[in-house]
Amino acid sequence: MKRVYVNEEWCLGCHLCEYNCAYANSGIDDMVKALKGRQIFPRVHIEGNDGINYAVSCRHCKDPLCVKSCIAGAISINDGVIRIDKNKCVGCLTCVLVCPYGAVAAGPTGVAQKCELCLSNSCGEPACAKGCPNNAIVFEER
Amino acid sequence: MQEHYIYPEFEVMRNKDRCIACRVCERQCANEVHRFDTELGVMIADEARCVNCQRCVSLCPTHALKIVKSDCRLRENANWSDSTIKEIYKQANSGGVLLSSMGNPKPFPVYWDKILINASQVTNPPIDPLREPMETKVFLGKKPDDIRRDENGELITEISPQLELSMPVMFSAMSYGSISYNAHASLARAATELGICYNTGEGGLHEDFYVYGPNTVVQVASGRFGVHKNYLEAAAAVEIKMGQGAKPGIGGHLPGTKIVGDISRTRMIPEGSDAISPAPHHDIYSIEDLRQLVFSLKEATEYKKPIIVKVAAVHNIAAIASGIARSGADIIAIDGFRGGTGAAPTRIRDNVGIPIELALASVDQRLRDEGIRNNVSLVVGGSVRSAADVVKAIALGADAVYVATAALLAMGCHLCRTCQSGKCNWGIATQRPDLVKRLNPDIGSQRLVNLMNAWRHEIKELMGGMGINSIESLRGNRLMLRGVGLTAKELEILGISHAGE
Amino acid sequence: MSDYLIIGNGTAAVGCIEGIRSVDNESSITVVSAENHHVYSRPLISYYLEGKTDLERMLYRPADFYEKNNVRLIYGKAAKLDIRKRTVTLADKHKQAFDKVCICTGSSPFVPQFEGLDTVKKRFTFMTLDDSLALEKALTKDSRVLIVGAGLIGLKCAEGIAERVGSITVCDLADRVLSSILDSECAAVMQSHLEKHGIRFMLGDTAVRFDKNTAVMKSGAKVGFDILVLAVGVRAETSLAAQAGCEVDRGIVIDSEMQTTVADVYAAGDCSEGFDSSTGTQRVLAILPNAYMQGRCAGVNMAGGSSSLSDLIPMNSIGFFGLHCATAGAYPEDAQVYEEKSADSIRRLYVRNDKLAGFIVIGDVSRAGIYTSLVREKTSVEDVDLNELKKEPSLAIFSSEVRRKKLGGVV
Repeated sequence: MKRVYVNEEWCLGCHLCEYNCAYANSGIDDMVKALKGRQIFPRVHIEGNDGINYAVSCRHCKDPLCVKSCIAGAISINDGVIRIDKNKCVGCLTCVLVCPYGAVAAGPTGVAQKCELCLSNSCGEPACAKGCPNNAIVFEER
Repeated sequence: MQEHYIYPEFEVMRNKDRCIACRVCERQCANEVHRFDTELGVMIADEARCVNCQRCVSLCPTHALKIVKSDCRLRENANWSDSTIKEIYKQANSGGVLLSSMGNPKPFPVYWDKILINASQVTNPPIDPLREPMETKVFLGKKPDDIRRDENGELITEISPQLELSMPVMFSAMSYGSISYNAHASLARAATELGICYNTGEGGLHEDFYVYGPNTVVQVASGRFGVHKNYLEAAAAVEIKMGQGAKPGIGGHLPGTKIVGDISRTRMIPEGSDAISPAPHHDIYSIEDLRQLVFSLKEATEYKKPIIVKVAAVHNIAAIASGIARSGADIIAIDGFRGGTGAAPTRIRDNVGIPIELALASVDQRLRDEGIRNNVSLVVGGSVRSAADVVKAIALGADAVYVATAALLAMGCHLCRTCQSGKCNWGIATQRPDLVKRLNPDIGSQRLVNLMNAWRHEIKELMGGMGINSIESLRGNRLMLRGVGLTAKELEILGISHAGE
Repeated sequence: MSDYLIIGNGTAAVGCIEGIRSVDNESSITVVSAENHHVYSRPLISYYLEGKTDLERMLYRPADFYEKNNVRLIYGKAAKLDIRKRTVTLADKHKQAFDKVCICTGSSPFVPQFEGLDTVKKRFTFMTLDDSLALEKALTKDSRVLIVGAGLIGLKCAEGIAERVGSITVCDLADRVLSSILDSECAAVMQSHLEKHGIRFMLGDTAVRFDKNTAVMKSGAKVGFDILVLAVGVRAETSLAAQAGCEVDRGIVIDSEMQTTVADVYAAGDCSEGFDSSTGTQRVLAILPNAYMQGRCAGVNMAGGSSSLSDLIPMNSIGFFGLHCATAGAYPEDAQVYEEKSADSIRRLYVRNDKLAGFIVIGDVSRAGIYTSLVREKTSVEDVDLNELKKEPSLAIFSSEVRRKKLGGVV
């Protein structure tokens, strides 16, 4: 299955992925309209320091702790893709507590959100990988 | 002393309606032009630092940025141009020699643009390269003058070592040090994939790149940095660098601050010591001396590799080339005055040397006149910008061309011409690790391959139009060229007729 | 082909069903559910009262879950488990045979024998959906509610009904809220936040006697109320297991494969004792993630697969009125403590033998899972700058090589 992979060696820490992600998941067709003057809640985030940076987003684990731990049964795995049913989620953040990658976070409404490989938006492919200027994030089969 | 304030050359135009304050511009500008003001909550710019490399423009996700030429101008003066006056101010401020990068930007004539290519009509039909085979392969090196047979009457097929290229283009010399590890990796990988060669320049060959040896030309320059047995043996050809188009007659100087880590090891000089390439080779003061070095290198490589001698295009280039052709060299590389550089004194770059088109035509003619054209192959560089330039160069008599600036552009260079600062935002002309990593060789090499493949297609189309199906048939075929807007003297040197003739 | 029986219909039961079906798609599965409901998310009963979810969205698995997994669901209370005859008898005398059984009976509220409790008309426990629905019916805009117990259940109940009643008083014999997971300092932060939202506390004091609408406290104070919620604690439901001859301590004793001391009898979830790897002790780990994992592990093993659990740890993510709190692992007394504090947030790491034994984060809980994984996986933090780590959990603590595997490999 194609996943988002990170090549730390090439990450510039430019944070474009975060903005592309927030835009892709905004449902708005203009980036300025979607993001200007707003706090963004991207599903990918850049970590690092001292010249080392890397993007972190959901790994879509084969044996995911978040799915097992969700108290609302709101997280499920289908064809290898882990998704959160935002209608069922009550924002307890147990998934945040168990994700070993720090890849799940509370969204703007307090409900948990994470990377769903841009399958539910109009981007077509993960916006983070598509917009990465240096192939530090790639969407491929490994 | 208070320096005279000089109004910045560029202005950063930020469309406040579009800017989302993502701060990508701030993070990507090594010149620290952009800054987010936390109190005002907006991005601000210090334009005095801007070199117009367009990194921010390119990466801005909402296209909110553009860089424009400042319109703060001194009173108009056709003789004392704005830039001339500002150079005076700079020198009065600093007392120093002005430094510049890349090729001569002055409005000298570009002869490529005054030469037009022929096409077949009616009597000599054009060839469709999509339907018929078309050969772009070339072999560089000394060619036999005649057919020779052994005592049994069999053909003697042994010839001097040749450099085989899938198309008549090579990436010209750029040293590791002047450009980054990743830029070198991109060039090496692209050359290998394309079946052409790249050139180490005078900075030695990084140990990681020995695997690309069959597609590598190694350089032996006046500083002899990084030259050793394995270096010569690794290469497909060895180039003796006598001169460079951007700065003929002077040497090079890579400051000690850049001689660190791998660069120090690759150049085989201590960390922190300045890498000074003298203006002359201190052992070469004549063609005979040059011949000694040529044969030393041939001995060292067991006569298996062609030796290239690279010179800058200067006034008496034809005579110089004639000498080189008799020195035992297999290939002569001539670098025109528009050739790029990582750093050169501005006055030298802008005022020394001659256009490559004229140099090429006169050298090719001279070697033919003297009957020694087959002694050598001719490679020309110094601003070959497109497939059309390549075709014109071949028709003027070149065997192949060297491209560097076009290769840099493919890798991301925006020709801001501030390589000498070492803060290349595109990860090319820098050794700062955080900037070097901006050039992912996966991308860099792919873009180089794309560019060359595009050129190859265009070369084939131009050749097909002329009814020529092999690059060898185009070489020196000046009948395929016509000049426009050229004087009789220029046409005479170029050896071409005027359009309409 | 076997006949599997699962007693209980909660999270552990779902884990068990999914565990069995990951190995065996053929055999029959029967679930005996004491509650008359499709499996729902029990921790959501307070969110239901708060209006953050509804009965439909509370379903822990989709409506067609049993059908899709070919499970027979029987509503009824298991009264007798006969392991020799391999049958269970329900309260309505219905008998169900099985080859292997998993006990997922969970826990039930512990209600002390308060004097005068039977004089209280509106009294509730807060454990099941029915409890929640019953409580909801009693709520009025003016109700004075007394909640006995300032633990997770009592406080979630308080949050759930806060907007629907007149006043809420929470009392607890312990001197602080959430005493099972927080120390005094951290508890004070949570308490102050709850107080800002109108919850009144009487701590170190508890009701000892009731007289209709008045509670008499240990201190002698009297508290008037309209609705009483008893959230003193829970007890593992172990009686069936005991009947079947399984060893029972605070919970049903099981091994790392969820097997009880009696062959073919498994147990999982709140009724059982798991191995708490953070303290190295066997104890009841009554939290939902563990229930699922234990259930699933039991299911796999029942169906002939192979699974074992050795990295369970206590952990809790709980929030009240927007203030979140994440905890995991243990807080040993001899641990070195790394702390970062501000007015309304605390981050505290407990480090022992170069490993993260446990942590408490109140406030911004982002990426707390990185801490949890260090506790769960017992990763050495010898070379980690703990003063940086305490400020923010980050994968930066790992080497590039480790990160390359984590972010560049299939996991």
